[in-house]
Amino acid sequence: MSKGLPETRTDAAMSELVPEPRPKPAVPMKPVSINSNLLGYIGIDTIIEQMRKKTMKTGFDFNIMVVGQSGLGKSTLVNTLFKSQVSRKASSWNREEKIPKTVEIKAIGHVIEEGGVKMKLTVIDTPGFGDQINNENCWEPIEKYINEQYEKFLKEEVNIARKKRIPDTRVHCCLYFISPTGHSLRPLDLEFMKHLSKVVNIIPVIAKADTMTLEEKSEFKQRVRKELEIHGIEFYPQKEFDEDLEDKTENDKIRQESMPFAVVGSDKEYQVNGKRVLGRKTPWGIIEVENLNHCEFALLRDFVIRTHLQDLKEVTHNIHYETYRAKRLNDNGGLPPGEGLLGTVLPPVPATPCPTAE
Amino acid sequence: MSVSVRSTAAEERSVNSSTMVAQQKNLEGYVGFANLPNQVYRKSVKRGFEFTLMVVGESGLGKSTLINSLFLTDLYSPEYPGPSHRIKKTVQVEQSKVLIKEGGVQLLLTIVDTPGFGDAVDNSNCWQPVIDYIDSKFEDYLNAESRVNRRQMPDSRVQCCLYFIAPSGHGLKPLDIEFMKRLHEKVNIIPLIAKADTLTPEECQQFKKQIMKEIQEHKIKIYEFPETDDEEENKLVKKIKDRLPLAVVGSNTIIEVNGKRVRGRQYPWGVAEVENGEHCDFTILRNMLIRTHMQDLKDVTNNVHYENYRSRKLAAVTYNGVDNNKNKGQLTKSPLAQMEEERSFFLNLKLDLGSSPGSAPFWLLQRRHEQMKKNLEAQHKELEEKRRQFEDEKANWEAQQRILEQQNSSRTLEKNKKKGKIF
Repeated sequence: MSKGLPETRTDAAMSELVPEPRPKPAVPMKPVSINSNLLGYIGIDTIIEQMRKKTMKTGFDFNIMVVGQSGLGKSTLVNTLFKSQVSRKASSWNREEKIPKTVEIKAIGHVIEEGGVKMKLTVIDTPGFGDQINNENCWEPIEKYINEQYEKFLKEEVNIARKKRIPDTRVHCCLYFISPTGHSLRPLDLEFMKHLSKVVNIIPVIAKADTMTLEEKSEFKQRVRKELEIHGIEFYPQKEFDEDLEDKTENDKIRQESMPFAVVGSDKEYQVNGKRVLGRKTPWGIIEVENLNHCEFALLRDFVIRTHLQDLKEVTHNIHYETYRAKRLNDNGGLPPGEGLLGTVLPPVPATPCPTAE
Repeated sequence: MSVSVRSTAAEERSVNSSTMVAQQKNLEGYVGFANLPNQVYRKSVKRGFEFTLMVVGESGLGKSTLINSLFLTDLYSPEYPGPSHRIKKTVQVEQSKVLIKEGGVQLLLTIVDTPGFGDAVDNSNCWQPVIDYIDSKFEDYLNAESRVNRRQMPDSRVQCCLYFIAPSGHGLKPLDIEFMKRLHEKVNIIPLIAKADTLTPEECQQFKKQIMKEIQEHKIKIYEFPETDDEEENKLVKKIKDRLPLAVVGSNTIIEVNGKRVRGRQYPWGVAEVENGEHCDFTILRNMLIRTHMQDLKDVTNNVHYENYRSRKLAAVTYNGVDNNKNKGQLTKSPLAQMEEERSFFLNLKLDLGSSPGSAPFWLLQRRHEQMKKNLEAQHKELEEKRRQFEDEKANWEAQQRILEQQNSSRTLEKNKKKGKIF
């Protein structure tokens, strides 16, 4: 039986079935590889099929948060991403919204299904962010919300009688919308990303990209990337969590060329060249949302949903959540929260496997 | 030319010295004063025109590009980049002058820019430097007007303020509302929707409606286009009013579209033309600002905003002047007494100025004299009291000091005794 290194993503998930906590600086143990020729077909590879069936039955959670000033097209983009009316605007009665006086957090849950796979999607909106005259500390309610979700998960984990499947309300991904000024990042953007890149996966996105011509777009993206580097802001995919060379090259390409994605959102369809496409109709042309020459929406969608969805959840669970947990337990004197008073010595809490297939 | 007309007019004038009723008389020949506008025109052309335009808005809304497009110059060029390219920590007010000539007419254009507006995390009072600048320009003009030698009166008052609204598509931001509320009484505000090629026509319509609704809700007085007697002009004015706030796109790059060379922005899906009325309202803005309403903007600034400032400033100065003639350290009287005093003073002043010198009734002068004497006496008494209070306090303080000194000296004596130091 050969114990190879986890090469693909599903294999990585497989190794998670055996509890193996992996906080930030730790280096995974390299198992000794014994090369032995298999004398016939055993059927180990059917594990993938088994996992798939299980996932389809249980479905999975995904929580995405959108942050940005009002009017940047956040709700429209989320609707476009998931091709359904999942934003807060869709479920509110009045179309006229007043800018709220303080930052509110609104979480709306939907269950969407595709190809037999059920996803419980929660969109967390933050109306009122960056809209006031004085925006000092407007990221604090958001940071508090994220930590509260970690706290909830921790409490469930620490329980003696645990649920079989802990409901996961932690924020897996935060899309931060940058206003397309064409010049540089605003002080508010830098402040927010500095504070929150340590607790959640931030994916910076340039909103309303149809404001800029192609040259302006590439110049702006370069400038934004440089500024993020200068300020030491680690957005997702973070460099330090690349597992192997393959990941590194793939992520490097994304980090240095595509990010931040310049997107355009729309939920209206128009006829272009005989096809029905999602787009925006202006007197001088139709902007197609899924056309790579027009904007990078397709890249963002593939990135978030088709290739890195599972990784987003893993990084949230293994790194951000573990960081929070370690800090909480250290503050509490090595004991889980709420148990310290009894003075009983409890066995160390094993990390629960990443909720993929249970 | 009939002499009779002129003489009767002269008679009328001498009889009614104070009432000037202008009766329209029909002329029976060509007098020639129809040439007056030409004289004014020639004089103005020789003198040249001045115009001061202020642009306010967050950075990155295309203000510099729009100015370049409006006046077809490179006020902000790659060699001298606009304020947006330099990140500012605080709001500053910068002005740049450019002299443009067209058809023999000179225009000295001053553009006042406000880099850093609305860019910080905390934008409270970011409008204060703007207000201070406008007031300082009014003050300069007021001082120049009040001087003895008024030969050179440069007019640097801000005649128009273009306020750029970010194209969010929802409504005005709290910052926009605050700014406009504070400045609509000081300067002509023309709100513009910046980067209008972000919005589709339907979104633009809705956005404009929402903005106008909010402007009315908050009772913000933006620049009003004047009604004229001319039907044609009224129609134009109404067209402009329907499209407020104007949605503009700026660009100075020339692109070829269907064989024509136009200014616009090239996108992969088409070209947004700057001067196309269906794409944006740039032509309307340019025509309104430069070709038709520039003089009206200057007049409104002079007659309304400047006069408001002047009357407020002078009223404050006279009140302060009265106060300063009395001495500082006056105990505050009740507001009612102060108002009474003020009113009587002003009344006297007005009566004095209304009639010719030397004809003020004696009883009035006497009353005023007595009032002033009473005021002086009251002040005198107050001063006396204050002085007494001060003397008492001084005496008390000195007594305390002496006691403290004694205590200190006795303590040191004891200390020295203990240590065995005798001196």
